[in-house]
Amino acid sequence: MARVVLPSSLARYTGGATELEVEAADIRGVIRALEARYAGIGRELEEGMAVAVDGHIHQDDLFAAVAPESEVCFLPRIGGGKQKL
Amino acid sequence: MATATKETGNGNGALKYVGTRPWRPDGVDKVTGRAKFGADISLPGMLVGRVLRSPHAHARIRSIDTSAARALPGVKAIVTRDEMPEVPSQWVPAGEVQVNYRDMSQNVMAREKALYDGHAVAAVAATSAAIARQALDLIEVDYEVLPHVIDVREAMQADAPLLHDDMFTQGVEPAPETPSNVFKKVYFSTGDLEKGFAEADVIVERTFTTKPVHQGYIEPHAVVASAGEDGQCEVWCCTQGQFTVRAYCANLLGIDIGKINVTPSEIGGGFGGKTVVYLEPVALRLSQLAGRPVKIVMSREEVFRASGPTSGGAMTIKMGATRDGRMTAAKAWLAYQAGAFPGSPIQPGCMCVFAPYDIENAEVEGYDVVVNRPKVAAYRAPGAPISEFAAEGVVDELAKKLGIDPAAFRLMNAAKEGTRALYGPKFGPVGCVETLEAARSSEHYRTPLGPNQGRGIATGFWFNIGGESCATINVNEDGTATVIEGNPDIGGSRASIQLQAAEALGIPPERVRPLVADTSSIGYTFLTGGSRVTFATGMAAIEAAGKVVQQLRERAAKIWDIPVDAVEWEDGYARPSGSNAGDFEPMSLAEIAAQAGKTGGPIAATASINAQGAGPGFGTHVCDVEVDRETGRVTILRYTAVQDAGKAVHPSYVEGQIQGGAAQGIGWALNEEYIYDEDGRLENPGFLDYRMPVASDLPMIDAVIVEVPNPNHPYGVRGVGETPIVPPMAAVANAIENATGIRMTDLPMSPPRLLAAMDNGGANGGA
Repeated sequence: MARVVLPSSLARYTGGATELEVEAADIRGVIRALEARYAGIGRELEEGMAVAVDGHIHQDDLFAAVAPESEVCFLPRIGGGKQKL
Repeated sequence: MATATKETGNGNGALKYVGTRPWRPDGVDKVTGRAKFGADISLPGMLVGRVLRSPHAHARIRSIDTSAARALPGVKAIVTRDEMPEVPSQWVPAGEVQVNYRDMSQNVMAREKALYDGHAVAAVAATSAAIARQALDLIEVDYEVLPHVIDVREAMQADAPLLHDDMFTQGVEPAPETPSNVFKKVYFSTGDLEKGFAEADVIVERTFTTKPVHQGYIEPHAVVASAGEDGQCEVWCCTQGQFTVRAYCANLLGIDIGKINVTPSEIGGGFGGKTVVYLEPVALRLSQLAGRPVKIVMSREEVFRASGPTSGGAMTIKMGATRDGRMTAAKAWLAYQAGAFPGSPIQPGCMCVFAPYDIENAEVEGYDVVVNRPKVAAYRAPGAPISEFAAEGVVDELAKKLGIDPAAFRLMNAAKEGTRALYGPKFGPVGCVETLEAARSSEHYRTPLGPNQGRGIATGFWFNIGGESCATINVNEDGTATVIEGNPDIGGSRASIQLQAAEALGIPPERVRPLVADTSSIGYTFLTGGSRVTFATGMAAIEAAGKVVQQLRERAAKIWDIPVDAVEWEDGYARPSGSNAGDFEPMSLAEIAAQAGKTGGPIAATASINAQGAGPGFGTHVCDVEVDRETGRVTILRYTAVQDAGKAVHPSYVEGQIQGGAAQGIGWALNEEYIYDEDGRLENPGFLDYRMPVASDLPMIDAVIVEVPNPNHPYGVRGVGETPIVPPMAAVANAIENATGIRMTDLPMSPPRLLAAMDNGGANGGA
């Protein structure tokens, strides 16, 4: 189970929890698992957040691998990304 | 100049071209004046555009009468809010900050209200500049002048003049029922703050302010736009991101992206300020209406009145440490001015404020606040210099109270691999400790000081980013190559992309020509910003080069009639991989290229990536000052800037980035500020009165490059452009404190302000 760390700004979705465990093979799997548990959090995570997997920051990178012992830490986006129309 | 590179092992073996200092590819054109900047573009039948700007800081626009201007011979088109589409609210990235398309639309052309002195309210295209100016004088705008607010703390008050009556503060519970100028609250915390302060033997709390400062690029914004009768549009402009301009114009004007081609000119400085649009959609709309190309070039006054500075900030920092020098707790309250529309860099400001340190207990609260000033734009390491100026002042004061050398105190608490940042993740390999050690061991740090002289040290952090990039490599018939990329070259990226491509191909860089392409000639590439291009687009170029090398091996295998696995590529040559592969003379890239037609056709490859794993950047600066106690003037005597570049691809450019960031930061520290009159009109929109440092104000900045490789890049590259502007304000403030005993908490630390503080025995504040 990967260990997931959420920013305190998203604790409103989780009843206050900011550290969780999730079974997933990639970042998309983590987001889907969290959305299944906490409706509404998925969009916030996918559109508003970057993800650090074991310290390496990923942005708009849904298919980055997540290992069972990984730490998956969501953090606010720093920049970048495609302009949406 | 004492420039040194400290090799700490890059883990990528011997590099032949990366790390060398060849002539810059754009150098000759720029020193001979051949380079074409935004204002140099001209087209047949081109009209001259001019923009009418609000003289009021805050005013309702009751009506705009353009009839007299339209009747003026030579006037071919006029644009006001009535000619611009209404755009719905949608947040999108612009560099490292977020912008909203609705706000962007209303920033390029005011709708119901003018929200700052200089806000565009109309634009004219005419057959000459004189006629365009005359037409602007004939446009009648009926304003209802409203109360305005300039200061960030005043704007947060409940009775402050309200800029947007539909703005309710986000991020607070319960959701507010009344509108406010506070757009958003940001909050981070870790550990137990109360426990952390209880463990501290020494606690320091200070309040700071910084002023908005302009990026100060030499080249004003300029655009030529041409809309054809068939709906196809061409835009030439100085920008940090041609794809960004394309997307913004398409969205603001309702045009298909595929119908707009944007060509970036050479760029005379951007520093984040050219990641947004001001003129481009207006010029394009004028061209649509006039049926002719339209050129608009901002005056310097317009640049200051209407284009984004960075935020000013108000901050309170509280930090505690034990007697033996361990930081136990840190708390920050930050409020950043966003300008007339939301979207200050408060988020990165909050994330960076304590990033150089390993602190178990911390809390940061930040506010994004609108005021009647131009909408802020990105400026090198957006948000970080403001908050880290405040934090580094408190760190210095803690060290002094503890009687510990300020470099040693920072080292005792420095972030390193495995340190958990306040904003969540643990750092991978980073060079904070290495930059501090290099600064502390420098000859500069040990040199004795004279009377009225002081020395300051400060450390800074910036994330650096990756993102979407494309690169194409075409091998020419003679074995030279062209590498095509989509990032305007604002800091030497042509050289760094050229060098990385050359390294991967194994041919000298002078045989690789770098080219920055328009939006129709290369795949989507995110803008030049965030210190991402040498990292991200460099990785795309390396990947494209890898594909080319694979093709070269395949062609050699065909020629030799052996399996491709039996061909290796080394130093620009195909070679049999061993004696079993056959006895063939090595074949150069040029020899293979000459036979390309017979072996399968042209050799070319494209790579499109979304680069991940940007390596964070740390820097430590040491500054010596001398204070004139009669005038308050501060002279920078000596300045050393150390930075972890990961790998310096072209060290001269890295040194230039470090020196430029330090120079801009020194100006931010000592002189730069916007001065508004009581009606909210900017009084110093020019370089005579907006005082940026010039060469005679500064010593040569000694740049010291430290290389702690980024494991996520083939050559170890981090970004370098942002970090060097983070430490200077605190380094200068700490040096002034060391010289005078006075802690300056408000920027700029200009002669009158420092003189007043010295006269008042150290009290300063209330900028």
